[in-house]
Amino acid sequence: MPLRTQPIGTESTSVTVPILEMRGISQIFPGVKALDGVDIRLYPGQVTALIGENGAGKSTLVKILTGIYRPNEGEILIDGKPVAFAGAQAAIDAGVTAIHQETVLFDDLTVGENIFLGHAPRTRFGMIDWRAINSRARDLLQALESEVDPGIRLRDLSIAQRHLVAIARALSVEARIVIMDEPTAALSRKEIDDLFRIIEGLKRQGKAILFISHKFDEVYEIAENFVVFRDGRAVGQGRLRETPQEDIVRLMVGRDVKDVFPKVEVSIGAPVLRVEGFCHPTEFRDISFELRRGEILGVYGLIGAGRSELCQALFGVTRRSAGGLTLEGQPVDIRSSSDAIAAGIVYVPEERGRHGLALPMPIFQNMSLPSLRQTSRRGFLKAAGELALARKYAERLDLRAASLSVPVGTLSGGNQQKVVIGKWLATRPKVIILDEPTKGIDIGSKAAVHGFIGELASEGLSIIMVSSELPEILGMSDRVLVMREGLTAGLFDRQQLNAETLVRAATGNT
Amino acid sequence: MTDTAHTRRTIPDRLGTKTSRILASWEVLLFGVAVLIFVFNAFASPYFLDAWNLSDATFNFTEKAMIAFAMALLVIAGEIDLSVAAIIALASTAMGAAAQIGVGTPGLVAIGIGTGLACGAVNGLLVSGLRLPSIVVTIGTMSLFRGISYIVLGDQAYGKYPASFAFFGQGYVAWVFSFEFVLFAVLAILFAILLHATNFGRQVFVIGNNEFAARFSGIPVERVKFVLFLLTGVMSGIAAVCLTSRLGSTRPSIAQGWELEVVTMVVLGGVSILGGAGTIGGVVIAAFVMGLVTFGLGLLNVPGIVMSIFVGLLLIITIAVPIIARRIREMR
Repeated sequence: MPLRTQPIGTESTSVTVPILEMRGISQIFPGVKALDGVDIRLYPGQVTALIGENGAGKSTLVKILTGIYRPNEGEILIDGKPVAFAGAQAAIDAGVTAIHQETVLFDDLTVGENIFLGHAPRTRFGMIDWRAINSRARDLLQALESEVDPGIRLRDLSIAQRHLVAIARALSVEARIVIMDEPTAALSRKEIDDLFRIIEGLKRQGKAILFISHKFDEVYEIAENFVVFRDGRAVGQGRLRETPQEDIVRLMVGRDVKDVFPKVEVSIGAPVLRVEGFCHPTEFRDISFELRRGEILGVYGLIGAGRSELCQALFGVTRRSAGGLTLEGQPVDIRSSSDAIAAGIVYVPEERGRHGLALPMPIFQNMSLPSLRQTSRRGFLKAAGELALARKYAERLDLRAASLSVPVGTLSGGNQQKVVIGKWLATRPKVIILDEPTKGIDIGSKAAVHGFIGELASEGLSIIMVSSELPEILGMSDRVLVMREGLTAGLFDRQQLNAETLVRAATGNT
Repeated sequence: MTDTAHTRRTIPDRLGTKTSRILASWEVLLFGVAVLIFVFNAFASPYFLDAWNLSDATFNFTEKAMIAFAMALLVIAGEIDLSVAAIIALASTAMGAAAQIGVGTPGLVAIGIGTGLACGAVNGLLVSGLRLPSIVVTIGTMSLFRGISYIVLGDQAYGKYPASFAFFGQGYVAWVFSFEFVLFAVLAILFAILLHATNFGRQVFVIGNNEFAARFSGIPVERVKFVLFLLTGVMSGIAAVCLTSRLGSTRPSIAQGWELEVVTMVVLGGVSILGGAGTIGGVVIAAFVMGLVTFGLGLLNVPGIVMSIFVGLLLIITIAVPIIARRIREMR
């Protein structure tokens, strides 16, 4: 096996003993071997990055480590002693804690209650010890350099503050092994820096960290060791300092990835959409821009800058308080999503599962949903028409599925996104709004989605693309609208585009 | 292997055969139960296997099943209407009051159905207009509608219905087939088409599975829900016409407790109480199961209170069985 080196202690010269070791772990589901003889070692005071495409087995590994799945083969050793987790609580008791991609927190409970839910400190009489909850919560948050009051309700916090609460919750149990499953997915650069400071602190406390991320720059910044998963196998592991990025990408996809952002040169046509003075009571104010045929307009900004809200107002699912838009010279009043769809504006939401798909329903029924008028006759469904439409767009998007009748929820994130995009393309839109189109999608599928976006633009579709990933914005956009705190912070042409300008506009640092 | 030349993979429309999917369904299981009960009843009582007795047995479920069809759509869309029995009481009271002042049969039918429609509109406006939770709204209107009925009637009863009004609950269309049974069959077909073969039905399923996604896909969610409440109100009005006609009188306690039997029928028919899944075919079989059980127990002289215990058990078992079965499957 290539690139297998024995990791050694970072500071001292003595060989470090792993806290946790997994040997020959296999997890078999009906018809699929999700993990196949995986070996992993986690060392105290070190971050090990777990890298792999979606479906490579990362989530399965996390579920084994947190006691949700029991592996079919192999053993887990903590401090050299074999352990078997009977359930989630057993894993916590053994000192394993996890910060998930989307941690479940409760809006109507206080910060302190959220942190200690399920393991609240008790008084001598078995009652919940509120004083201890609040003081320990404050200690935990202060260790994370946060001044959030443990007594306020979670509802009143920003997304970044919630994230800190989720981390505090994970650290509220005496854990020596911390798993972070894509912790930076929803964070801005500044918040990521804060998170990394926290991770450095955890390292100093001698905790072993398993860090799962799609983003190479972050991995190189924070991790010492890496493990690459492909198709349920650990195909390579070693020290990051000695391994160039290209090698890891090759291990990950099993081939060379050359062009991540295949920007297709498109001749940009006449203006299609003109947005004038769009306002929302709280989220954004006075946004105006123009979108031309075949153009990709990137919308960049920090979380909370009002980007998604703007898009949802353009699509009619969020009410605007002022402003108007013209489509191909005609003023259009959009009051609902059906108005927008009829006018030719469609929206691929950031939260696919929540806003984009009926997950338990078959692929073809999701695909045909906004086009039912075309596939049906006088209000009566025609399965053949729906299937033909679904097949057309499934093939065009190279969808991977066992059949068109399986529930969308059984597909991977990338394939779910293809279903959402397909369902909108079937309506033959003029403008397509993509909100974080590659969020939570692995590198291989990302390139496919990017290629496809370029293809759509070259066919004359006008595209608005919201993204928090700078390389994506820089690589794909013809122009970029930067938003800051609900206002236009700048509108840049392709010639003016560079990372520094955009970040400066988005953060307000001049 | 002939089609190796395809560059992009073709995805099959479906996996498995149609028969294999049908055989594994809840409806087939339920049908088996219905047959078992039928056979058991036939052995338990010598009077059971008589065409007229069986025809009488259908009155145990026809009126409730009409409401259950509309309720099935509501439950699939993630809502519920607990005021249906109270709508019957109010509609029956309105018809009774009209009959006292000499309104003829067509007028009475119009008043009964119109009252149902109006009650459905009240529920619909509160739920989809003000976006209130339907379980709370319809518990409220349940007391409201029946309360009006009690205020109007007190301990009195309306009884003077025109002779021709008796047809809806007591008339026969052909041989042993009562008007109610024929109406039930026609409505079953109409609702099956509405739910399973129209765009409207598809929208109902999508709303029940993911209301956000429905709204983000251009489905007029509030309008669909409003229509469903109207439909449930109308079906309750039609059931009120049939029941009032069959009994020949109206008391404020008419159809007391029916809302639970209707919901039981819907859930027993395999409609997910969490929304998003179910069939009209399942509700039809469930109606027969409940009717056969009630009638069989009646033939065996089992008292009414035992029957309601039975209905309660049936409700718990039908909700528990699929959930427990899923857990066992997951544990493997």
